[in-house]
Amino acid sequence: MSDAEEDDLDLRELDDDELVEQIQDDLYDGLKDEVVEGVEILLERGWKPYDIMTKALVGGMDIVGKDFGDGILFVPEVLLSANAMKAAMDVLRPLLAETGAERIGTMVIGTVKGDIHDIGKNIVAMMMEGAGFDVINLGINVDADQFITAVKEHKPDILGMSALLTTTMPYMKTVIEALAEEGLRDDVVVLVGGAPLNADFGKAIGADAYCKDAAEAVQTAKAFMQRRHNRRASA
Amino acid sequence: MTNEPAPRKRRRRHAGPSALREQRRAAARHRAHAPGTGKALAKQAGSSKALEKGAKSGRSLIIACGALARDILFLIRQHRDHIDLHCLPAEWHNTPQRIPEGVRARIRQAKEEGYARIFVAYGDCGTGGALDAVLGEEGGISRLPGPHCYAFYTGVENFMRHLERDARSYFLTDYLVRHFDSLIVKGLKLDTHPELIETCFGNYDTLVHLAQDDDPALERKAQEAARFLNLAYERRYVGHGDLATAIERFAGETSSKAEE
Ligand code: B12
Repeated sequence: MSDAEEDDLDLRELDDDELVEQIQDDLYDGLKDEVVEGVEILLERGWKPYDIMTKALVGGMDIVGKDFGDGILFVPEVLLSANAMKAAMDVLRPLLAETGAERIGTMVIGTVKGDIHDIGKNIVAMMMEGAGFDVINLGINVDADQFITAVKEHKPDILGMSALLTTTMPYMKTVIEALAEEGLRDDVVVLVGGAPLNADFGKAIGADAYCKDAAEAVQTAKAFMQRRHNRRASA
Repeated sequence: MTNEPAPRKRRRRHAGPSALREQRRAAARHRAHAPGTGKALAKQAGSSKALEKGAKSGRSLIIACGALARDILFLIRQHRDHIDLHCLPAEWHNTPQRIPEGVRARIRQAKEEGYARIFVAYGDCGTGGALDAVLGEEGGISRLPGPHCYAFYTGVENFMRHLERDARSYFLTDYLVRHFDSLIVKGLKLDTHPELIETCFGNYDTLVHLAQDDDPALERKAQEAARFLNLAYERRYVGHGDLATAIERFAGETSSKAEE
């Protein structure tokens, strides 16, 4: 037997825990086909789509996000991982709808006008979806009118805005002011993100929170939903 | 013989799961201490590698992003008697969080060396104001105007006026055209993963070449780059824009200081 053959691995030989770990590793390495195959095997074994999403995919992508933050992975590696996760989500999404899995809340997200950076925004969208939110992704170069229309139409709990350019960051404030003018500001929790932003900027423009990465976005959104839930329960 | 496909065999990580992650972590630790990186520079600033205290007394220094080296050397060619240039890694473009402290370390080293005047040839470069904070803390050192190099090469005012028209433009300066293969193609792994071309550039429609020189060879290279990225091509001759204005002003100020 050659070394190569010895190293070969049939995913079906792995038990559930090993397979989840392998999916996370393959996600880390951006191996799209392998990730999808692993997800399909978990489905065959009776795993719920929601559990696959949170345990295998979101868990794996959290590691990718952390290593990107620490300067261990770079943009192309993150992109390959994100593409692999996207392919797996495409398999799970229709099943989630079928199984009527409970959704935590709704988010509208977009990159603001003038900016067409969307890698980070798409990862946030995917991770929020993975965490159980319905996500309406408005794409790039989104102006205030488009944000307002989407808020009116989808009545989201969370509105997320992304900007990667110094020149487009201020537009987030324009959107927040437009929300206030329309009397919609108190209906949504506004989260902002993007590499050049920071917490002070978030506060200065009147956002509810700035999140440094997708993991923090999920955590923050969940915390807001919990608070909202408690308020409603006690009302 | 059956038509059944053989079960897909895959390669397992050599030393078990996460070995690759460990490998990458080790590489990152190595990078953090390699010369030219923020931490190494910070260390260097206080180490014996720095020139003797006061060695550069009375001279002026431009601390610049490596991407500007060639153009700044051209702009200060008449002023080399009193201006030095020190470049920091152009790769910091992709990790702007390293710029503010990297620049601070070099400023402190320059002060030790006795430089009388310092100018920082960076835009905000996606530091979200953090570079400006450092420059303020280090005694109000000036930098290039505007958010990034595309703006100051074009002329900041002009660039800002056309933000909307250019929202789907991808800019390349001569430097980026020259290093397109290493910085963009290899940097984003577009050669080994061509599917990333669409992921990265699918939202753009035009590659705008902000030319510093009239150089037909470079123009051809820029056109090839546009084809590679599936973008339309547009050439705008901008010369050195506000970079020239700022560097010439610094050169003028410092030479009059030198004469005093
Ligand atoms: C990749 C990249 C590109 C790609 C973008 C591909 C794409 N489809 O998005 C390409 C090469 C096409 C590109 C183009 C440009 N870029 Co660019 N780009 C980058 C780079 C290197 C990385 C950005 C990135 O994707 N990071 C990876 C993701 C995962 O991280 P992230 O975006 O920060 O997102 C995370 C968090 O911020 C957060 N987050 C993000 N959004 C949101 C939203 C919400 C709601 C929340 C809660 C959280 C959150 O969570 C994310 C996941 O963890 C940055 C430098 C940097 N390191 O930031 C420059 C950078 C942003 N680009 C820059 C520039 C100037 C440009 C161009 C103008 C350059 C040009 N040559 O034309 C154009 C932009 C044109 C336009 N109109 O938008 C500058 C901006 C400088 C400035 N002062 O504004 C930067 C900072 C580089 C630099 N140092 O100069 N770019």
